[in-house]
Amino acid sequence: MTDQHGATPMIEVRALRKSFGEHEVLKGVDLAVARGEVVAIIGPSGSGKSTLLRCMNLLEQPSSGEVWFEGTQINLPGVDVNRVRMRMGMVFQLFNLFPHLTVLDNVTLAQTKVLRTGRDEAQERARALLAKVGLAAKEQAYPNSLSGGQKQRVAIARALAMRPAVMLFDEPTSALDPEMVQEVLATMDELVREGMTMVVVTHEMGFARRAADRIVFVDEGSIVAQAPPERFFGAPASARVRQFLEKIPT
Amino acid sequence: MTAGLQAVHDSFPLLLHGALVTVEVTAMALVLGAVAGLAGGLARVSPLAPLRGLAAAYVSVIRGTPFIVQLFFVYYAFPQLGIRVPPMVAAVCCLAVYSGAYQTEIVRGAIQSIERGQIEAARSLGLSRAQSMRYVVLPQAFLRMLPPLGNEFVALTKNSALVSLVTVQELLLSAQLIISATFQNFSVYLTIGIMYYVMTSIVSTGTQLLERRLKVYV
Repeated sequence: MTDQHGATPMIEVRALRKSFGEHEVLKGVDLAVARGEVVAIIGPSGSGKSTLLRCMNLLEQPSSGEVWFEGTQINLPGVDVNRVRMRMGMVFQLFNLFPHLTVLDNVTLAQTKVLRTGRDEAQERARALLAKVGLAAKEQAYPNSLSGGQKQRVAIARALAMRPAVMLFDEPTSALDPEMVQEVLATMDELVREGMTMVVVTHEMGFARRAADRIVFVDEGSIVAQAPPERFFGAPASARVRQFLEKIPT
Repeated sequence: MTAGLQAVHDSFPLLLHGALVTVEVTAMALVLGAVAGLAGGLARVSPLAPLRGLAAAYVSVIRGTPFIVQLFFVYYAFPQLGIRVPPMVAAVCCLAVYSGAYQTEIVRGAIQSIERGQIEAARSLGLSRAQSMRYVVLPQAFLRMLPPLGNEFVALTKNSALVSLVTVQELLLSAQLIISATFQNFSVYLTIGIMYYVMTSIVSTGTQLLERRLKVYV
Protein backbone atom coordinates (compact mmCIF):
# COMPACT_ATOMS: atom_id res chain seq x y z
CA MET A 1 0.00 0.00 0.00
CA THR A 2 2.99 2.34 -0.47
CA ASP A 3 4.33 4.06 -3.53
CA GLN A 4 8.02 4.29 -4.35
CA HIS A 5 8.49 7.17 -1.88
CA GLY A 6 7.09 5.11 0.95
CA ALA A 7 4.05 7.33 1.63
CA THR A 8 0.52 5.95 1.70
CA PRO A 9 -1.58 7.47 -1.08
CA MET A 10 -4.66 9.40 -0.04
CA ILE A 11 -6.76 7.58 -2.63
CA GLU A 12 -5.84 4.64 -4.78
CA VAL A 13 -7.81 2.59 -7.25
CA ARG A 14 -6.50 -0.69 -8.58
CA ALA A 15 -7.71 -2.59 -11.64
CA LEU A 16 -10.96 -0.69 -11.38
CA ARG A 17 -13.71 -1.87 -13.69
CA LYS A 18 -17.26 -0.59 -13.92
CA SER A 19 -20.01 -1.74 -16.25
CA PHE A 20 -23.52 -0.43 -16.69
CA GLY A 21 -25.36 -3.42 -18.12
CA GLU A 22 -23.48 -4.54 -21.23
CA HIS A 23 -21.53 -1.31 -21.45
CA GLU A 24 -18.10 -1.32 -19.82
CA VAL A 25 -17.31 2.27 -18.79
CA LEU A 26 -14.04 1.65 -16.91
CA LYS A 27 -11.73 -1.02 -18.25
CA GLY A 28 -9.21 -1.61 -15.52
CA VAL A 29 -7.95 1.70 -14.14
CA ASP A 30 -5.02 2.13 -11.74
CA LEU A 31 -4.52 5.53 -10.15
CA ALA A 32 -2.98 6.76 -6.89
CA VAL A 33 -3.46 10.27 -5.54
CA ALA A 34 -0.88 11.41 -2.99
CA ARG A 35 -1.63 13.54 0.06
CA GLY A 36 -1.64 17.20 -0.99
CA GLU A 37 -1.66 16.35 -4.68
CA VAL A 38 -3.98 18.01 -7.19
CA VAL A 39 -4.95 15.68 -10.01
CA ALA A 40 -6.94 16.91 -13.00
CA ILE A 41 -8.80 14.20 -14.90
CA ILE A 42 -9.57 15.20 -18.46
CA GLY A 43 -10.90 13.42 -21.50
CA PRO A 44 -13.78 13.42 -23.98
CA SER A 45 -17.35 13.10 -22.74
CA GLY A 46 -18.36 9.50 -22.20
CA SER A 47 -14.77 8.50 -21.56
CA GLY A 48 -15.55 7.33 -18.01
CA LYS A 49 -13.80 10.13 -16.12
CA SER A 50 -16.84 11.04 -14.01
CA THR A 51 -17.51 7.38 -13.27
CA LEU A 52 -13.89 7.02 -12.14
CA LEU A 53 -14.35 9.95 -9.74
CA ARG A 54 -17.69 8.62 -8.48
CA CYS A 55 -16.13 5.22 -7.77
CA MET A 56 -13.64 6.92 -5.43
CA ASN A 57 -16.33 7.71 -2.84
CA LEU A 58 -18.45 4.73 -3.89
CA LEU A 59 -21.35 6.73 -5.30
CA GLU A 60 -20.82 4.09 -7.97
CA GLN A 61 -20.03 0.55 -6.84
CA PRO A 62 -17.10 -0.77 -8.88
CA SER A 63 -17.88 -3.97 -10.79
CA SER A 64 -14.44 -5.22 -9.83
CA GLY A 65 -11.14 -3.90 -8.57
CA GLU A 66 -10.15 -2.11 -5.38
CA VAL A 67 -10.67 1.36 -3.97
CA TRP A 68 -8.37 2.41 -1.12
CA PHE A 69 -8.64 5.50 1.06
CA GLU A 70 -6.00 6.51 3.60
CA GLY A 71 -4.54 3.01 3.58
CA THR A 72 -7.80 1.07 3.93
CA GLN A 73 -9.70 -0.75 1.24
CA ILE A 74 -13.19 0.73 1.27
CA ASN A 75 -15.10 -1.30 -1.33
CA LEU A 76 -15.46 -4.29 0.96
CA PRO A 77 -18.58 -5.54 2.72
CA GLY A 78 -18.70 -4.31 6.30
CA VAL A 79 -16.93 -1.01 5.64
CA ASP A 80 -18.94 1.92 7.01
CA VAL A 81 -19.16 3.90 3.81
CA ASN A 82 -20.73 6.89 5.59
CA ARG A 83 -17.62 7.33 7.72
CA VAL A 84 -15.49 7.25 4.58
CA ARG A 85 -17.66 9.68 2.65
CA MET A 86 -17.69 12.29 5.39
CA ARG A 87 -13.91 12.53 4.92
CA MET A 88 -14.24 13.02 1.15
CA GLY A 89 -15.93 16.22 0.01
CA MET A 90 -17.71 16.11 -3.32
CA VAL A 91 -18.78 18.92 -5.60
CA PHE A 92 -21.22 18.13 -8.41
CA GLN A 93 -21.72 19.55 -11.87
CA LEU A 94 -25.33 20.48 -11.05
CA PHE A 95 -24.50 21.73 -7.50
CA ASN A 96 -27.18 19.58 -5.86
CA LEU A 97 -27.80 22.08 -3.09
CA PHE A 98 -30.74 21.25 -0.85
CA PRO A 99 -33.41 23.66 -2.17
CA HIS A 100 -35.64 23.44 0.91
CA LEU A 101 -32.86 24.66 3.22
CA THR A 102 -31.30 28.10 3.48
CA VAL A 103 -27.69 28.53 2.43
CA LEU A 104 -26.65 28.44 6.09
CA ASP A 105 -28.62 25.24 6.76
CA ASN A 106 -27.14 23.62 3.65
CA VAL A 107 -23.71 24.09 5.22
CA THR A 108 -24.72 23.02 8.75
CA LEU A 109 -26.94 19.97 8.03
CA ALA A 110 -24.24 17.32 7.74
CA GLN A 111 -22.18 18.89 10.51
CA THR A 112 -25.01 18.50 13.00
CA LYS A 113 -26.37 15.17 11.74
CA VAL A 114 -23.17 13.33 10.84
CA LEU A 115 -20.44 14.94 12.94
CA ARG A 116 -22.92 15.68 15.77
CA THR A 117 -21.50 19.17 16.05
CA GLY A 118 -23.57 21.53 18.21
CA ARG A 119 -25.77 23.98 16.35
CA ASP A 120 -23.87 27.13 17.37
CA GLU A 121 -20.49 25.68 16.53
CA ALA A 122 -21.77 24.35 13.20
CA GLN A 123 -23.21 27.75 12.30
CA GLU A 124 -20.01 29.48 13.29
CA ARG A 125 -18.03 27.20 11.01
CA ALA A 126 -20.61 27.59 8.23
CA ARG A 127 -20.42 31.39 8.46
CA ALA A 128 -16.63 31.31 8.31
CA LEU A 129 -16.74 29.11 5.19
CA LEU A 130 -19.42 31.24 3.54
CA ALA A 131 -17.25 34.30 4.18
CA LYS A 132 -14.33 32.45 2.64
CA VAL A 133 -16.27 31.75 -0.58
CA GLY A 134 -17.59 35.32 -0.57
CA LEU A 135 -21.21 34.58 0.29
CA ALA A 136 -21.53 35.72 3.90
CA ALA A 137 -24.40 38.02 2.92
CA LYS A 138 -26.44 35.14 1.46
CA GLU A 139 -26.72 32.88 4.49
CA GLN A 140 -30.49 33.31 4.83
CA ALA A 141 -31.15 32.99 1.08
CA TYR A 142 -32.60 29.84 -0.48
CA PRO A 143 -30.51 28.21 -3.22
CA ASN A 144 -33.03 28.93 -5.98
CA SER A 145 -32.42 32.67 -5.54
CA LEU A 146 -28.68 32.30 -6.23
CA SER A 147 -26.77 32.39 -9.50
CA GLY A 148 -25.04 29.23 -10.71
CA GLY A 149 -21.64 30.46 -9.60
CA GLN A 150 -22.96 31.33 -6.15
CA LYS A 151 -24.63 27.92 -5.87
CA GLN A 152 -21.40 26.15 -6.68
CA ARG A 153 -19.48 28.20 -4.12
CA VAL A 154 -22.09 27.27 -1.47
CA ALA A 155 -21.68 23.63 -2.53
CA ILE A 156 -17.93 23.93 -2.00
CA ALA A 157 -18.50 25.47 1.45
CA ARG A 158 -20.96 22.66 2.25
CA ALA A 159 -18.35 20.03 1.41
CA LEU A 160 -15.57 21.86 3.29
CA ALA A 161 -17.74 22.06 6.41
CA MET A 162 -17.03 18.38 7.01
CA ARG A 163 -13.26 19.08 7.16
CA PRO A 164 -12.61 16.55 4.39
CA ALA A 165 -9.18 15.08 3.74
CA VAL A 166 -9.77 15.25 0.00
CA MET A 167 -12.11 17.11 -2.33
CA LEU A 168 -13.59 15.49 -5.42
CA PHE A 169 -14.88 17.82 -8.14
CA ASP A 170 -17.10 16.43 -10.89
CA GLU A 171 -17.05 19.00 -13.72
CA PRO A 172 -17.72 21.83 -11.26
CA THR A 173 -17.92 24.57 -13.91
CA SER A 174 -19.55 22.71 -16.81
CA ALA A 175 -23.08 23.88 -16.01
CA LEU A 176 -22.11 27.52 -15.47
CA ASP A 177 -22.48 30.54 -17.68
CA PRO A 178 -19.02 31.63 -18.89
CA GLU A 179 -18.88 34.74 -16.70
CA MET A 180 -19.42 32.61 -13.58
CA VAL A 181 -16.73 30.07 -14.27
CA GLN A 182 -13.93 32.28 -12.98
CA GLU A 183 -15.43 32.91 -9.53
CA VAL A 184 -15.70 29.16 -8.94
CA LEU A 185 -12.20 28.48 -10.28
CA ALA A 186 -10.84 31.26 -8.02
CA THR A 187 -12.36 29.49 -5.02
CA MET A 188 -10.75 26.23 -6.15
CA ASP A 189 -7.39 27.98 -6.69
CA GLU A 190 -7.52 29.06 -3.07
CA LEU A 191 -8.05 25.47 -1.93
CA VAL A 192 -5.04 24.45 -4.00
CA ARG A 193 -2.94 27.13 -2.28
CA GLU A 194 -4.04 25.79 1.11
CA GLY A 195 -2.66 22.39 0.17
CA MET A 196 -5.98 20.53 -0.16
CA THR A 197 -5.77 17.15 -1.87
CA MET A 198 -8.01 17.44 -4.92
CA VAL A 199 -9.24 15.28 -7.77
CA VAL A 200 -10.89 17.42 -10.42
CA VAL A 201 -12.74 16.17 -13.47
CA THR A 202 -12.74 19.20 -15.72
CA HIS A 203 -12.77 20.68 -19.19
CA GLU A 204 -11.06 23.85 -17.92
CA MET A 205 -7.59 23.41 -19.37
CA GLY A 206 -6.46 26.77 -17.96
CA PHE A 207 -7.22 25.60 -14.44
CA ALA A 208 -5.70 22.17 -15.05
CA ARG A 209 -2.52 23.75 -16.39
CA ARG A 210 -1.98 26.20 -13.53
CA ALA A 211 -3.38 24.26 -10.57
CA ALA A 212 -2.78 20.56 -11.17
CA ASP A 213 0.33 18.63 -10.20
CA ARG A 214 -0.65 15.95 -12.68
CA ILE A 215 -2.97 15.64 -15.66
CA VAL A 216 -4.65 12.28 -16.18
CA PHE A 217 -6.14 11.73 -19.62
CA VAL A 218 -8.96 9.17 -19.77
CA ASP A 219 -10.30 7.81 -23.03
CA GLU A 220 -12.71 4.93 -23.59
CA GLY A 221 -12.49 3.72 -20.01
CA SER A 222 -8.71 3.68 -19.64
CA ILE A 223 -6.00 6.09 -18.58
CA VAL A 224 -4.10 6.62 -21.83
CA ALA A 225 -1.68 9.33 -20.67
CA GLN A 226 -0.62 11.09 -17.50
CA ALA A 227 2.04 13.70 -16.87
CA PRO A 228 2.74 16.98 -15.09
CA PRO A 229 0.98 19.85 -16.91
CA GLU A 230 4.09 21.33 -18.58
CA ARG A 231 4.92 18.01 -20.16
CA PHE A 232 1.32 17.00 -20.82
CA PHE A 233 0.48 20.17 -22.74
CA GLY A 234 4.01 20.89 -24.00
CA ALA A 235 4.80 17.51 -25.44
CA PRO A 236 1.62 15.42 -25.77
CA ALA A 237 2.41 11.77 -25.28
CA SER A 238 0.31 10.46 -28.13
CA ALA A 239 -1.60 11.38 -31.25
CA ARG A 240 -4.85 10.78 -29.33
CA VAL A 241 -3.96 13.38 -26.69
CA ARG A 242 -2.84 15.88 -29.34
CA GLN A 243 -6.08 15.34 -31.24
CA PHE A 244 -8.10 15.99 -28.06
CA LEU A 245 -6.14 19.10 -27.11
CA GLU A 246 -6.55 20.60 -30.57
CA LYS A 247 -10.32 20.53 -30.19
CA ILE A 248 -10.43 22.20 -26.81
CA PRO A 249 -9.43 25.79 -25.95
CA THR A 250 -6.48 25.83 -23.55
CA MET B 1 -91.49 23.49 0.35
CA THR B 2 -92.26 24.96 3.76
CA ALA B 3 -92.80 21.48 5.12
CA GLY B 4 -89.31 20.64 3.84
CA LEU B 5 -87.75 23.66 5.52
CA GLN B 6 -89.64 22.80 8.70
CA ALA B 7 -88.28 19.23 8.59
CA VAL B 8 -84.71 20.45 8.10
CA HIS B 9 -85.15 23.02 10.85
CA ASP B 10 -86.57 20.53 13.35
CA SER B 11 -84.02 17.84 12.64
CA PHE B 12 -81.00 20.12 12.30
CA PRO B 13 -79.42 19.07 15.62
CA LEU B 14 -79.61 15.47 14.39
CA LEU B 15 -77.96 16.46 11.09
CA LEU B 16 -75.25 18.40 12.92
CA HIS B 17 -74.59 15.39 15.09
CA GLY B 18 -74.34 13.26 11.94
CA ALA B 19 -71.93 15.76 10.42
CA LEU B 20 -69.82 15.60 13.55
CA VAL B 21 -69.65 11.79 13.25
CA THR B 22 -68.61 12.21 9.59
CA VAL B 23 -65.84 14.57 10.68
CA GLU B 24 -64.72 12.14 13.39
CA VAL B 25 -64.67 9.13 11.08
CA THR B 26 -62.91 11.09 8.35
CA ALA B 27 -60.33 12.66 10.68
CA MET B 28 -59.39 9.34 12.28
CA ALA B 29 -59.22 7.58 8.92
CA LEU B 30 -57.17 10.47 7.54
CA VAL B 31 -54.55 10.24 10.29
CA LEU B 32 -54.36 6.43 10.17
CA GLY B 33 -54.43 6.47 6.36
CA ALA B 34 -51.57 8.98 6.27
CA VAL B 35 -49.53 6.73 8.55
CA ALA B 36 -50.30 3.76 6.29
CA GLY B 37 -49.50 5.86 3.21
CA LEU B 38 -46.15 7.04 4.56
CA ALA B 39 -45.18 3.53 5.67
CA GLY B 40 -46.42 2.07 2.38
CA GLY B 41 -44.66 4.72 0.30
CA LEU B 42 -41.36 4.22 2.11
CA ALA B 43 -41.75 0.45 1.72
CA ARG B 44 -42.35 0.93 -2.01
CA VAL B 45 -38.93 2.58 -2.43
CA SER B 46 -37.15 0.35 0.10
CA PRO B 47 -33.97 -1.47 -0.90
CA LEU B 48 -35.53 -4.62 0.62
CA ALA B 49 -37.42 -6.52 -2.08
CA PRO B 50 -39.88 -8.32 0.28
CA LEU B 51 -40.94 -4.97 1.72
CA ARG B 52 -41.44 -3.54 -1.76
CA GLY B 53 -43.46 -6.60 -2.76
CA LEU B 54 -45.65 -6.41 0.33
CA ALA B 55 -46.44 -2.75 -0.27
CA ALA B 56 -47.14 -3.37 -3.96
CA ALA B 57 -49.53 -6.22 -3.07
CA TYR B 58 -51.33 -4.00 -0.53
CA VAL B 59 -51.88 -1.26 -3.11
CA SER B 60 -52.89 -3.73 -5.80
CA VAL B 61 -55.49 -5.58 -3.72
CA ILE B 62 -57.04 -2.53 -2.06
CA ARG B 63 -57.23 -0.49 -5.26
CA GLY B 64 -58.45 -3.48 -7.23
CA THR B 65 -61.55 -4.22 -5.14
CA PRO B 66 -64.56 -2.01 -4.33
CA PHE B 67 -64.44 -0.21 -1.02
CA ILE B 68 -67.93 -1.36 -0.18
CA VAL B 69 -66.87 -5.01 -0.59
CA GLN B 70 -63.91 -4.45 1.73
CA LEU B 71 -66.18 -2.82 4.30
CA PHE B 72 -68.84 -5.57 4.14
CA PHE B 73 -66.11 -8.20 4.31
CA VAL B 74 -64.82 -6.80 7.59
CA TYR B 75 -68.25 -6.08 9.05
CA TYR B 76 -70.22 -9.12 7.86
CA ALA B 77 -67.63 -11.79 6.97
CA PHE B 78 -65.22 -11.45 9.90
CA PRO B 79 -67.93 -12.48 12.44
CA GLN B 80 -68.09 -15.84 10.64
CA LEU B 81 -64.48 -16.31 11.78
CA GLY B 82 -65.52 -15.30 15.29
CA ILE B 83 -64.18 -11.75 14.95
CA ARG B 84 -66.88 -9.21 15.70
CA VAL B 85 -65.87 -5.71 14.68
CA PRO B 86 -67.84 -2.75 16.06
CA PRO B 87 -69.29 -0.58 13.25
CA MET B 88 -67.20 2.49 14.08
CA VAL B 89 -63.98 0.46 14.18
CA ALA B 90 -64.79 -1.26 10.89
CA ALA B 91 -65.62 2.09 9.32
CA VAL B 92 -62.45 3.90 10.41
CA CYS B 93 -60.12 0.98 9.69
CA CYS B 94 -61.54 0.23 6.25
CA LEU B 95 -61.45 3.88 5.21
CA ALA B 96 -57.88 4.21 6.51
CA VAL B 97 -56.68 1.08 4.73
CA TYR B 98 -58.43 2.13 1.52
CA SER B 99 -57.13 5.69 1.56
CA GLY B 100 -53.70 4.47 2.69
CA ALA B 101 -53.32 2.50 -0.54
CA TYR B 102 -53.85 5.62 -2.63
CA GLN B 103 -51.63 7.66 -0.33
CA THR B 104 -48.91 5.01 -0.68
CA GLU B 105 -48.77 5.72 -4.39
CA ILE B 106 -48.79 9.48 -3.79
CA VAL B 107 -45.88 9.19 -1.34
CA ARG B 108 -43.95 6.85 -3.64
CA GLY B 109 -44.42 9.14 -6.63
CA ALA B 110 -43.31 12.22 -4.70
CA ILE B 111 -40.21 10.49 -3.30
CA GLN B 112 -39.23 9.22 -6.73
CA SER B 113 -39.72 12.67 -8.24
CA ILE B 114 -36.87 14.10 -6.14
CA GLU B 115 -33.74 14.35 -8.27
CA ARG B 116 -31.16 11.62 -7.76
CA GLY B 117 -28.54 14.30 -7.21
CA GLN B 118 -30.18 15.26 -3.92
CA ILE B 119 -29.59 11.81 -2.44
CA GLU B 120 -26.09 11.68 -3.93
CA ALA B 121 -25.21 15.03 -2.36
CA ALA B 122 -26.58 13.92 1.00
CA ARG B 123 -24.78 10.56 0.87
CA SER B 124 -21.53 12.22 -0.27
CA LEU B 125 -21.61 14.27 2.95
CA GLY B 126 -21.79 11.08 4.99
CA LEU B 127 -25.51 11.04 5.75
CA SER B 128 -26.95 7.54 5.96
CA ARG B 129 -29.72 6.40 3.66
CA ALA B 130 -32.28 6.97 6.41
CA GLN B 131 -30.90 10.42 7.26
CA SER B 132 -30.92 11.41 3.58
CA MET B 133 -34.55 10.37 3.41
CA ARG B 134 -35.49 12.16 6.63
CA TYR B 135 -33.65 15.47 6.15
CA VAL B 136 -33.33 15.86 2.38
CA VAL B 137 -35.84 13.81 0.39
CA LEU B 138 -39.01 13.74 2.51
CA PRO B 139 -39.20 17.48 3.24
CA GLN B 140 -39.05 18.19 -0.50
CA ALA B 141 -41.31 15.26 -1.37
CA PHE B 142 -43.91 16.42 1.16
CA LEU B 143 -44.47 19.66 -0.76
CA ARG B 144 -45.01 17.70 -3.98
CA MET B 145 -47.41 15.32 -2.21
CA LEU B 146 -49.70 18.08 -0.98
CA PRO B 147 -51.84 18.71 -4.09
CA PRO B 148 -52.63 15.01 -4.71
CA LEU B 149 -53.02 14.44 -0.97
CA GLY B 150 -55.56 17.25 -0.88
CA ASN B 151 -57.56 15.44 -3.57
CA GLU B 152 -57.25 12.20 -1.63
CA PHE B 153 -58.50 13.83 1.60
CA VAL B 154 -61.52 15.21 -0.26
CA ALA B 155 -62.21 11.75 -1.69
CA LEU B 156 -61.91 10.26 1.79
CA THR B 157 -64.41 12.76 3.18
CA LYS B 158 -66.92 11.81 0.50
CA ASN B 159 -66.26 8.07 0.80
CA SER B 160 -67.08 8.31 4.49
CA ALA B 161 -70.78 8.40 3.46
CA LEU B 162 -70.47 4.71 2.56
CA VAL B 163 -69.97 3.70 6.17
CA SER B 164 -73.66 4.50 6.72
CA LEU B 165 -74.16 1.02 5.24
CA VAL B 166 -72.66 -0.60 8.34
CA THR B 167 -74.94 1.37 10.70
CA VAL B 168 -72.54 4.17 11.59
CA GLN B 169 -74.91 7.08 12.08
CA GLU B 170 -72.97 9.73 10.24
CA LEU B 171 -74.42 12.47 8.08
CA LEU B 172 -75.98 10.34 5.32
CA LEU B 173 -77.60 7.84 7.67
CA SER B 174 -78.91 10.65 9.88
CA ALA B 175 -80.47 12.21 6.78
CA GLN B 176 -82.08 8.91 5.79
CA LEU B 177 -83.55 8.48 9.25
CA ILE B 178 -85.06 11.96 9.07
CA ILE B 179 -86.43 11.29 5.60
CA SER B 180 -88.04 8.03 6.68
CA ALA B 181 -89.97 10.00 9.27
CA THR B 182 -90.74 13.15 7.22
CA PHE B 183 -90.52 12.01 3.55
CA GLN B 184 -88.76 15.33 2.76
CA ASN B 185 -86.21 13.88 0.32
CA PHE B 186 -85.55 17.10 -1.57
CA SER B 187 -84.82 19.43 1.34
CA VAL B 188 -82.88 16.95 3.42
CA TYR B 189 -80.61 15.65 0.63
CA LEU B 190 -80.04 19.22 -0.58
CA THR B 191 -79.06 20.20 2.96
CA ILE B 192 -76.57 17.40 3.50
CA GLY B 193 -75.18 17.99 0.00
CA ILE B 194 -74.37 21.53 1.07
CA MET B 195 -72.91 20.28 4.35
CA TYR B 196 -70.64 17.83 2.54
CA TYR B 197 -69.58 20.59 0.17
CA VAL B 198 -68.64 22.85 3.09
CA MET B 199 -66.59 20.05 4.65
CA THR B 200 -64.70 19.21 1.46
CA SER B 201 -64.10 22.91 0.77
CA ILE B 202 -62.50 23.30 4.18
CA VAL B 203 -60.27 20.29 3.51
CA SER B 204 -59.10 21.48 0.08
CA THR B 205 -58.62 25.10 1.20
CA GLY B 206 -56.64 23.84 4.18
CA THR B 207 -54.21 21.85 2.05
CA GLN B 208 -53.83 24.76 -0.39
CA LEU B 209 -52.97 27.13 2.46
CA LEU B 210 -50.46 24.64 3.84
CA GLU B 211 -48.90 24.29 0.40
CA ARG B 212 -48.55 28.05 0.03
CA ARG B 213 -46.95 28.34 3.45
CA LEU B 214 -44.42 25.60 2.79
CA LYS B 215 -43.56 26.82 -0.69
CA VAL B 216 -41.19 29.56 0.49
CA TYR B 217 -38.12 28.09 -1.21
CA VAL B 218 -39.43 27.35 -4.70
